Amino acid sequence: MANSIRMRANLEGDVTTVRALISHPMETGMMKNKKTGDLIPAHFIQEVVCEHNGNTVLTSLWGPAISTNPYLSFRFSGAKKGDTLKMSWVDNKGESDSAEATVA
Amino acid sequence: MNSLKRRTFLKGTAAISSVGFALGAGLLTPRMVLAAWPKSAFESKSVDDALTNLAGSADLSTNEQIQIRAPDIAENGNVVPITVETNIANIESISILTEKNASPLTASFVLGAGAEGFVATRMKMGKTSDVIAVVKADGKLHSSRKEVKVTIGGCGG
Repeated sequence: MANSIRMRANLEGDVTTVRALISHPMETGMMKNKKTGDLIPAHFIQEVVCEHNGNTVLTSLWGPAISTNPYLSFRFSGAKKGDTLKMSWVDNKGESDSAEATVA
Repeated sequence: MNSLKRRTFLKGTAAISSVGFALGAGLLTPRMVLAAWPKSAFESKSVDDALTNLAGSADLSTNEQIQIRAPDIAENGNVVPITVETNIANIESISILTEKNASPLTASFVLGAGAEGFVATRMKMGKTSDVIAVVKADGKLHSSRKEVKVTIGGCGG
């Protein structure tokens, strides 16, 4: 599977801004399939963890009300240019993915 | 074909009963597993319940130091951009709740070492509602709210 996470981290002063886009359907479980009228089962990301040098900088806990193909941005301090940042997600079906980005 | 259908049916019932079981367990021993995804909070139907299940309290104090950036009018409720920014010290978490969504709790961001009081994402809104940002710092809950008018809801079928 092609990687579902596109992430960028930019250092400005001593604050790093991280921006990420994840491809994921984020089904709420309340939508109906227009052709069959059946409910589309819930399928959404529950947890996104972002690590810098082995330390967790942000844990995002999400409900199904996050938009399809989620966008996430946050800031943290303490990183240097060239540092590696790791992001991983887990959804309610147990599927997961992770990606790394270099602080620029 | 017939057996396939039966399989999906069985899967469906198994999933429903496990949800029921988890809910029951959640009620008996609230906040049993802190690190796990707070299922009961995300399934709560009111802001107060969601906060009680998430943070153990729904006691909010309005704080001017929390800024919510979201559109005044969102044309498409499926994609409402929101940014929460704050300069309160010792932040533990930032949560976003949409008062009139079926399940108000939208997201909760647990900030680790070095994280600044800033998060941005995009969310779904069923209809016009107040969006509430709750910041937990030093064990206290601070909040701010902003109304977002939705012209086309994002939770319809």
